[in-house]
Amino acid sequence: MAKRIDLKDLNVFYGAFKAVEDVTMTVEPRSVTAFIGPSGCGKSTLLRTLNRMHEVIPGGRIEGSVHLDDDDIYAANVDPVAVRRTVGMVFQRPNPFPTMSIADNVAAGLRLNGLKNKKVLAEKVEASLRSANLWNEVKDRLSKPGAGLSGGQQQRLCIARAIAVEPQVLLMDEPCSALDPISTLAIEDLVTELKSTYTILIVTHNMQQAARVSDRTAFFNLAATGKAGRLIEMDDTQKMFSNPTQRTTEDYVSGRFG
Amino acid sequence: MPSITGVSAVDELPGPEGHGPLQGDRASTGQLGDRLFSGTARGAGLLVIALVSMIAVFLLSQALPALAKDKVSFLTSTQWDVDGTPLQFGIANMLWVTVLSSAIAMLIAVPFGVGVALFITQYAPAWLSRPAATLVDLLAAVPSIVYGLWGLQVFGPHMAGVQADLERLFGWFPLFKDAGVGAASTILTVAVVLSIMVLPIVTALSREVFAQTPSSHTDAALALGATRWEMIRTAVLPFGKQGVISASMLGLGRALGETVAVMIILSALADGTSWSWSMFNGGETFASKIANNAAEFDSPQKAGAFMAAGLVLFLLTFVVNVIARIVIERQKAFTE
Ligand SMILES: Nc1ncnc2c1ncn2[C@@H]1O[C@H](COP(=O)(O)OP(=O)(O)O)[C@@H](O)[C@H]1O
Ligand SMILES: [Mg+2]
Repeated sequence: MAKRIDLKDLNVFYGAFKAVEDVTMTVEPRSVTAFIGPSGCGKSTLLRTLNRMHEVIPGGRIEGSVHLDDDDIYAANVDPVAVRRTVGMVFQRPNPFPTMSIADNVAAGLRLNGLKNKKVLAEKVEASLRSANLWNEVKDRLSKPGAGLSGGQQQRLCIARAIAVEPQVLLMDEPCSALDPISTLAIEDLVTELKSTYTILIVTHNMQQAARVSDRTAFFNLAATGKAGRLIEMDDTQKMFSNPTQRTTEDYVSGRFG
Repeated sequence: MPSITGVSAVDELPGPEGHGPLQGDRASTGQLGDRLFSGTARGAGLLVIALVSMIAVFLLSQALPALAKDKVSFLTSTQWDVDGTPLQFGIANMLWVTVLSSAIAMLIAVPFGVGVALFITQYAPAWLSRPAATLVDLLAAVPSIVYGLWGLQVFGPHMAGVQADLERLFGWFPLFKDAGVGAASTILTVAVVLSIMVLPIVTALSREVFAQTPSSHTDAALALGATRWEMIRTAVLPFGKQGVISASMLGLGRALGETVAVMIILSALADGTSWSWSMFNGGETFASKIANNAAEFDSPQKAGAFMAAGLVLFLLTFVVNVIARIVIERQKAFTE
């Protein structure tokens, strides 16, 4: 089910401003890839091009191509809505729908897909919450608002919501940056478990986190503020953290800048 | 505070001494600016309460003597005879005409206003949304008298066809029965004109709240594969619901109290006309009745009778606002 992602000569723009330049990379299915790099180098921007959320922003557009396996997701006949049902996303700040109960939050995507059968919905809600390691904590209050959970629980609720629709790729943009260390570990464990089913891309500012959860790491940098971010180097995580090819990568992962 | 941003629950918890979260002057550091501000704010609040109470007391003190002498049931009688003795006046007609015209006006204005607000904030391209918003706002700048004249002379006559169709289809139902009043001067015509008058109120406020929908909510919906309309349903409308309710209540207040336009359009009925539930009837609202008869406030008794009618309008508006508050508080309770 998980898919390979191929980016080719990708440039990403906000109106006239080029935020990301010339990225070519391949992400293998059932792997975790970490995006690291200093703030403003375009990690979030790049991530959002992979589910076509970038074009939601006025002036947002790309050049180049993005393929999921052999399908060009930017081909003229492709509906962005369909892409987003295949490529799930978890955001930096947990964002459960505030007026919906916990169960309805998880079911939201399923309902958008037209699933109405109450029994099937309940089963899928339970399965997704179990996969997100949240079931035991919320099974007695499924009809309570999701906003009443702790930050870490809310983030796992958002993960449950994203995986309920069985996407093929899961994008996570600094999913732990608003969380405490214990919740962070819970999410990291979860990422490791989910890797057997999904292709996962995770943006993180936390080097230890990248080292712990990812198989591959991509390092981005920008020449100066106001310039476009570029992919400096991408390799196995172990190699990136022990013996990178590029000097800037070594400086960054060892904490000498950024 | 509605926790729309998923703000930490700590903000809402009582402090160690059991009093509320840092609020009002407890949070003040005692600096002069803070004290001045909290003093002014409290003063303004008290002044508003005092004003409302004074209006209520004034209306009551004027109305009570007349009500005491009223020989028919004030709430259920359709008579209005305040010249002779015995004094006989009831508000049943006015109450029905006021409520019916405002209710129909809201039934039209709220969906339409919300639709326009959604179009302006969610669908219209940037170059169109601002002019469109200004255009709707301009509707609020048109004087009531102009709406009245336009309603009677220009728009009203076009209602004849609508009225004929409705009567043909639903005439068996009392609300749609023919009442022998010209189509330009019916309650329905007034209601449609009122709906245009409250449209800018409903639209302006709804637009504000819709535009403030946090991008985290809309992103959440879109990233799940929601279409534009699905995103509006899952993120924008739930976020804006309270605002839409408040906007509608403001609009309703305007519709209930509108005077000049109603006075011009609606044909007053002769004394003794038999009761009709129909929206094709004429009649008078509280406001138009009082305005139509302003020349008659020559004795305390007569004035008192009209004051009593004004008091009911005041209460009606008040109750509407209280209900709106309760609805909004309920909503909040779930959100938090
Ligand atoms: N909505 C936007 N409109 C215009 N420019 C933006 C927008 N979002 C981000 N940018 C710019 O794009 C560049 C990359 O930002 P971002 O992808 O958020 O970086 P990162 O996630 O690596 O910190 C930055 O220069 C930022 O200022
Ligand atoms: Mg970012």
